Amino acid sequence: MTTETKIPFDQQYVRSFSSGRGEPDWLLQLRLQALAKAEELPLPKPDKTKIDNWNFTQFANHVVESAPFASLDELPEAVKALIEAGEGTKNLYVQRDHTPAYLSLSEELKAKGVIFTDIFTAAREHGDLLQKYLLKDGVKFDEHRLTALHAALFNGGVFVYVPKGVEVDVPLQAVYIQESDDIALFNHVIVVAEDNSRIAYVENYISAKGVSKAVVNIVAEVFANTNARVFFAAVDNLAKGVTTYVNRRGIAGRDGRIEWALGLMNDGDTVSENITRLIGDGSFGDTKTVVVGRGEQVQNFTTSVVHYGKHTEGYILKHGVVRDSATSIFNGIGKIEHGASKSNAQQESRVLMLSEKARGDANPILLIDEDDVMAGHAASVGRVDPTQLYYLMSRGIPRREAERLIIHGFLAPVVEAIPIESVKKQLIEVIERKVQS
Amino acid sequence: MAVLTIKDLHVSVEGKEILKGVNLEVKGGEIHAIMGPNGTGKSTLSSAIMGHPKYEVTRGSITLDGQNVLEMEVDERARAGLFLAMQYPSEISGVTNADFLRAAINARLGEGNEISLMKFIRKLDEKMEFLEMNPDMAHRYLNEGFSGGEKKRNEILQLMMLEPKIAILDEIDSGLDIDALKIVSKGINEMRSSEFGCLIITHYQRLLNYITPDYVHVMMQGRIVKSGGPELAQRLEAEGYDWIKKELGIEDETVEQEA
Repeated sequence: MTTETKIPFDQQYVRSFSSGRGEPDWLLQLRLQALAKAEELPLPKPDKTKIDNWNFTQFANHVVESAPFASLDELPEAVKALIEAGEGTKNLYVQRDHTPAYLSLSEELKAKGVIFTDIFTAAREHGDLLQKYLLKDGVKFDEHRLTALHAALFNGGVFVYVPKGVEVDVPLQAVYIQESDDIALFNHVIVVAEDNSRIAYVENYISAKGVSKAVVNIVAEVFANTNARVFFAAVDNLAKGVTTYVNRRGIAGRDGRIEWALGLMNDGDTVSENITRLIGDGSFGDTKTVVVGRGEQVQNFTTSVVHYGKHTEGYILKHGVVRDSATSIFNGIGKIEHGASKSNAQQESRVLMLSEKARGDANPILLIDEDDVMAGHAASVGRVDPTQLYYLMSRGIPRREAERLIIHGFLAPVVEAIPIESVKKQLIEVIERKVQS
Repeated sequence: MAVLTIKDLHVSVEGKEILKGVNLEVKGGEIHAIMGPNGTGKSTLSSAIMGHPKYEVTRGSITLDGQNVLEMEVDERARAGLFLAMQYPSEISGVTNADFLRAAINARLGEGNEISLMKFIRKLDEKMEFLEMNPDMAHRYLNEGFSGGEKKRNEILQLMMLEPKIAILDEIDSGLDIDALKIVSKGINEMRSSEFGCLIITHYQRLLNYITPDYVHVMMQGRIVKSGGPELAQRLEAEGYDWIKKELGIEDETVEQEA
């Protein structure tokens, strides 16, 4: 089988799309440059998963127009379930396919200079700031075909900016709903925490229908500048039939901290890449990822922490459950560059297989170019431990319930880290559904 | 009153016969101690009663109040009223002690009869205080990072929360210092009633200084070779096992030695 790889959108289309959104010229030029590269650059090569035949480029609609939600009452039930009533509605962004459909930011945060807006408004109103961060020091547009395509065609997303010294105590939440079939969502998220600031951002990707057909290409760039702290949680829950490429990247400055809690629950084929670059001395990166694979889906999860600064600390924890005939590949990479002395790179990858046909692979990699460091890894692929099962059953707990407890316990590191109760509850429900049904 | 009856029990592990005809009856209100050197089949007996998948019963029967235990799954045995305090309790990450205990209690009570949260917390607080456990341990993950003594205390906590008809305590005293041993014994003594039968497996007599058994059995070569009252345990403490071996003409007491 050969897959059509010709990009179905041309320069003229990109020009009119960009001007239609009132984008500054630098952004149009970036898009055009990227479009030119998109056809010549190769696809990324996630280790141990062949994606040549996956459809990342063919889709009928680049933009569908949807009506905004006039009030929170109009939100679909699945979205309402994700939002905490009261406080949780004060700093919220909801996007329907490509349309910014609801936005709120509290007066208090506005007064402190916090920006929380859709990416197009950001381009129009905060162009200089956006230009400083968009596809520059985080993800480069010409890394491979999918980043180039993303840069040329990104059609959704948010911009979060926290000024120097501002500590935001409540999490900002974004919900992206994939509603229509045959669309491509190229979502771009930027979170910037300036020096000595603090922010927590939580995003949910959901499909309105149980089975759909769509291409999703997400890039998130996270910046924790000097002594800033970013907590980034995501629950991806896109339907079967949606092919996803998601690239979440963090850049930590001196003493900056980036913590990720990623619940990757897509039902379609997914390539997920999460890289944290610890540039500044004393910076810290912590990635917690949990995944469930089911049906026949193929997923590849690469998590990497790259140490450049001295005294940097990087932790990777990945726990995955694979059932049916799903395939999940876990690549964990701790990389310590020359000069990053006194750094510490640790990782743990564990895969639990629930069926004979499931395939799981945990590949821990340490790449170390400096002598005076600490590093360690642990990896395992196996079944539910029969001794644990026996122990729980010996207290009267039926086998199914005992398995459920063990699996939930196994996925708890991310569930427990999520700062919004409703999102936590929904993640538990999704896990329940995916593991049990 | 509950009765656990074991008749002519033969058990193999990976094709090797370990138990070679055990007969024993434990009734509500009774405390039995099974003693014997290492490698004589004591722990095999406890695992076989609870239904550990590695242990295969090749002959004989186990019944609880006339019900055939050997036909039950592990969880059914527990719900029927059996409990095994394990020598090496499992650690289960991500599941708190409290959530686990509530799931276990509710599994016994059945759907629609679940224990109320308030009632559960009250009972848990009370039992933990009795066992001098740090209240934090309710919210820690099940046995994860617990010291040996904490694990044993946690087994007794489960015993007190679940209130089984018959409990088997497999070397509950191993690895305990004297203070922990006293607390564990206090918990077991607290359970004593006409409704509760207990089978204590140990190779040290010292636990029996704190819990006086009604019956003492000695196990060698995969069988109970001698039974008596508490005085038997005292004689074993004073004289060791050699006199029994001599009396019965046993050279090697372990099951490795084919009879």
